[in-house]
Amino acid sequence: MELQAVLMAAGGGSRMMDLTYNTPKPLLPVGNRPLIWYPLNLLERVGFEGKHSVISENKPSKVSLKVKMISTTDILVVSCDLITDVALHEVVDLFRAHNATLSMLMSKVHEFTETVPGQKGKKKAGEQRDFVGVDVTGKRLLFMANEADLEEGLVLRKSIMRKHPRMLIKTGLLDAHLYCLKRSVVDFLVHNKSVTSIRGELVPYLVRKQFSKSLNSKNATEDTEKNQKQQDAHHNLELLSTSKEEALLQLARERSCWNDHRGDMSEAYHGGKLRCYVHIMEEGMCYRVNTLAAYIEANRVVPKLFEDPPIHPTAVVSERSLVGSDSIIGPICQISEKTSIKRSNVGTSSTIKEKVKITNSIIMNGVTIEEGCNIQGSVICNNAVIGRGADMKYCLVGSGQRIEPEAERTNEVIVGSDQLMEI
Amino acid sequence: MADSDGRQVVSINHSTEEDVKLQEVVQAKCEGKELTKEEKQRLRKEKKQHKKNKKDDRGPPEKEKEKEKASVLAPSKPATQSPAHKAAPVPVNASASESPVAAEKPAKSKAEQRAERRARQDTERASKQGKKEGGQQSASSKPKATPNELQPVVKRLPEHIQVDDPAALKKLAKKLERQQVPLRSDYGYKVSLFSHLHQYSRKNPPTQQISIPATVIHPSIVRLGLQYSQGIIAGSNARSVALLHAFKQVIQDYSTPPNEELSRDLVNKLSPYISFLSQCRPLSASMGNAIKYIKKEISNIPSQCKEEEAKRRLQECIDSYINEKIILASEAISKYAIEKISDGDVILVYGCSSLVNHILCEAFEKQRKFRVIVVDSRPRLEGREALRRLVKKGIRCTYVLISALSYILPEVSKVFLGAHALLANGYVMSRVGTSQIALVAKAYNVPVLVCCETYKFCERVQTDSFESNELDDPDDLIVTRNGKTHLENWQTVKSLGLLNLVYDVTPPDFVDLVITDLGMIPCTSVPVVLRVKNVDQ
Repeated sequence: MELQAVLMAAGGGSRMMDLTYNTPKPLLPVGNRPLIWYPLNLLERVGFEGKHSVISENKPSKVSLKVKMISTTDILVVSCDLITDVALHEVVDLFRAHNATLSMLMSKVHEFTETVPGQKGKKKAGEQRDFVGVDVTGKRLLFMANEADLEEGLVLRKSIMRKHPRMLIKTGLLDAHLYCLKRSVVDFLVHNKSVTSIRGELVPYLVRKQFSKSLNSKNATEDTEKNQKQQDAHHNLELLSTSKEEALLQLARERSCWNDHRGDMSEAYHGGKLRCYVHIMEEGMCYRVNTLAAYIEANRVVPKLFEDPPIHPTAVVSERSLVGSDSIIGPICQISEKTSIKRSNVGTSSTIKEKVKITNSIIMNGVTIEEGCNIQGSVICNNAVIGRGADMKYCLVGSGQRIEPEAERTNEVIVGSDQLMEI
Repeated sequence: MADSDGRQVVSINHSTEEDVKLQEVVQAKCEGKELTKEEKQRLRKEKKQHKKNKKDDRGPPEKEKEKEKASVLAPSKPATQSPAHKAAPVPVNASASESPVAAEKPAKSKAEQRAERRARQDTERASKQGKKEGGQQSASSKPKATPNELQPVVKRLPEHIQVDDPAALKKLAKKLERQQVPLRSDYGYKVSLFSHLHQYSRKNPPTQQISIPATVIHPSIVRLGLQYSQGIIAGSNARSVALLHAFKQVIQDYSTPPNEELSRDLVNKLSPYISFLSQCRPLSASMGNAIKYIKKEISNIPSQCKEEEAKRRLQECIDSYINEKIILASEAISKYAIEKISDGDVILVYGCSSLVNHILCEAFEKQRKFRVIVVDSRPRLEGREALRRLVKKGIRCTYVLISALSYILPEVSKVFLGAHALLANGYVMSRVGTSQIALVAKAYNVPVLVCCETYKFCERVQTDSFESNELDDPDDLIVTRNGKTHLENWQTVKSLGLLNLVYDVTPPDFVDLVITDLGMIPCTSVPVVLRVKNVDQ
C-alpha cells in the first residue's frame, strides 16, 4: 500500500473554548455537517478507502497516540479541522517524485471579514507568524520557524545559504496541517518519545535536519539537540532512510542528466537523503477551523461548495417565512411563519418560532428560538434556548444556555459559569 | 456540353444521400475540373452501388462516410474515393491516401470494380461489427482490406504516432479505459508537421486522476511515471535502469491469484503499467528492449516453479540484465574508446550522455591528456550537467552553445556522441542537434564516433526526424529576460506554434565509427548485430 491516512481528531480546540467546551471539536457543525466530515470527504474523494482515526479525550498533543501505531507504509496526516478543496495529488506528487521525507500543504492566509462575537479590539492575540523559507522553485522547504521560537531574530545557517543561495521567505502562509511522512519518520517517532507535536517540533526538526553536517557520523553537532538519546535518534533516522536507498536507484540517478539546482559542483539534492517539500496553494479554499473567526468564515463559505439543496427536505418551513438564498436549513427544522433568515446556517432539529429575524448567524443543532427574537451576527451553540423577544447582536451563546426573554445583548460571550472555570 | 451532362447527372439524384453527391459534384465543378465521360460513368456506377448498399440497411453510416468524405477532400474525384480508400496499395499515413487516389484515376478497369466490391464487403463486415468508420481510414485496418492487393504486407503503425487519426485515438482511449489507466490530454497547438505526435504539458501531470493511494497501478510505477514526466529521470540508460528497478518492486509485491499461472498473469499485470508509463512519456528504445526481455523471461518461467522461486529467478534476471547490458557494457565501451583517445586530443561532446561522460572520466583516470569542449543547446541545456561532472573530475572543459559550433570546430580533433537508439538502417537517433553536429563535423573532416550499447539497437527503420519523434512541453521554450516574458501568451496568437523536439536522426554517412560493447563497428553493421542478437535469443 502506498499511503495510509491518519486523521488527527485529538485537538481540543483550545483556541475556541467557548464553542468546544461541550462539543468535541471534530463534531462542531459547519454548514450543517460535522467538522470531521470535510477532511474525511477529501480523503474519500481522492481514493482512500480505509482510514485511521485518532481520537483522544483530553490530550492536546498530537503525536503521543501515534506511538501506538507502527506503520508499514508511508502516512498522510490530516488534521480534523481542515476544510480545503486542494488537488491532493499536488502534495503527494512532490512526495512521490522526489522521494521526499516530508511533504506538506500551505496556503495563503485569508483575512477574515466577518465580525467575531465577543471580540474586543482589533488585533487578535495569540496569532504568531510563521516564517517559511522556500527555494527558487517554490517547492523545496528550506526553513521553517514560528515567531514564538525565535528570540532575537531569524537565524539562518550558512550551510543552507551555501547550498541554496536564493531563498524566498514568506510570512503570510497558513499551515494546513496536512503532511505526507515517510515510514522512517514514523519509526523515528516511535523510538523517540520526546517529540510531542508534529507541527511544533517534528516538522521544524526535519527541515533543519536536511542540512545537518554529517549524516553518517555520530558527531552530528546540532545546536538544539542536547540529549544523547536524541542524537541516537537521529542516527536512527538516518540509518532507516539510507537502508532504503537501493543501489539501483543510485545508479539511475547517477546516469540521469537532471539536477535540481545549478551553479555549484554538487549533484542533485546536494547528495542529501532527507528532503522536505511544500506545496503552496495560490488559489482555492483552505481553512483551518481552529479559531472562532475561522469557524464563522468557514460556515459562510462552505455551503456554496456543495450541491446540496439549501433547505433540507425534511425541514418544515412555513410559506410565510422568508429564507434567503444563501442560507441553509438543516434536517428536521421547524421554521414558523413570518420568520426571516438571511445569510445564516440553521442546524438540525432547531425550532424557530414566529416573527424571528436571523441575519448573518450560525444556529447549531437543537436550538429553540422563541417568537419575536432578533439575532444578528451571532453564534448560537447546541441546545440553547433564546427567550421571547430577545435581541442578540454579535453574541456567542454557549451550549445549553438559556437567554431570558426580552434580553438585549451586544458583543457578548454568554457561557455557563462552570465553563468559566475551564482553562 | 460538360455542363449539360453534369446537369443530367444532377437530375438523376433524388434522395438526400445524393444531395451530398450533388454537393460533391458542384464542388468538383467549382474546382474548375470538368467531369469527363469516364468519370461520369464512374459516378453513375457508384451511385447505383450506393443505392444497393442503402437497401442493405447501411444507410446512416454510409451517409456519414459519404458526408465526411465530401468534406474531407477536394481535388480528387469523389467516385474514386470509396474503392481507392480501402484499396490503397501504398501503405502510408491516412493523409497520404489521397495521392494513390489521384494515381488511379485514369484506369477504371475490372480490377477496380472488383476492388470496389471487396471494399464494400469489408465495410459491411466492419459495420456489422459496429465499428464507425471515420472519414480517414486508420492504417491499422488497412491490412485487413488489402491482403489480396498489390502490396502484401502492411505494417501496423504504432498508436503513439497516429494522434491526428480519430479512429486510432478512440482505440487508444478504449484500451486505456479497459486497463483503468487515465488518458492524458494533449496541450497547445501542434506544428502541423508533427501533429501526429502527442504533446503534453508538465502542468497537467498524469497523476491527476490516479487515486491516492495508487491501487490500480503499483505505487513504484506511479512514482516512476512522475519522475519521467517531470524529467527527474532522463537519459536512455537512467530510464531503463529505473524502469527495471520499478519492475523488481512490482515483482516483489506480486502474488499469483488462484487459478492463474505466474508466467501469464504477471505479463498481463505489466501491460497497464506500461501503458501508464507511455502516457507519462513515450517509451524509449532501450526501455522497449528491456520490457521485451522481461516479458520473455516471465513467459519462460516453467509452470511447476513455485512462486517464491520464480520471483527470485526474475529478480536475478533483471539484475544480470542491468549488469551485463549497462554496467559491463559501459566498461567495455570505455576500454575500446580509450584506445581512440590520444594525448593532446580536443574532444567535442554534445549534451549530457552518461556513457560519454563515463568514457571521458575513465580516460582521465588512465592519465590521458585531453581537453573537452561541451556543446549545449536550449531548451534543455543538459550540457551544464555534463560540464559539472567533467569539471568535478578535473578535466579541462570549454562550454559553447550549438550556435558557435562552426566557430569552435577547427580546434576539435574528435567528436564523441551518445545515442538514444541505433536504427536498423544505420541511422543514429539521438538528442535533437546531434545530426547538426555530425553534419558540420563532416564538413570539417573531423571524425565522429558514436558510443552506444547493444541493448539500444532497435529494429525500427527511419530516415527522417518527422515520422517518429517526441514533442516535449512547448512552455519550456518560454524564457523570461529582464523581467519580460514575450512568449507568455503564445496560445492566443493563432498562427504561432512552439515546437520542442526531443530527438533527431543522423544518417550513417556522417558517422565514422560506432563503439559498442561488441567492438568498434561501422554504422552499417547494425543490422548484422541485430540479426546475431536475434539468433542468440
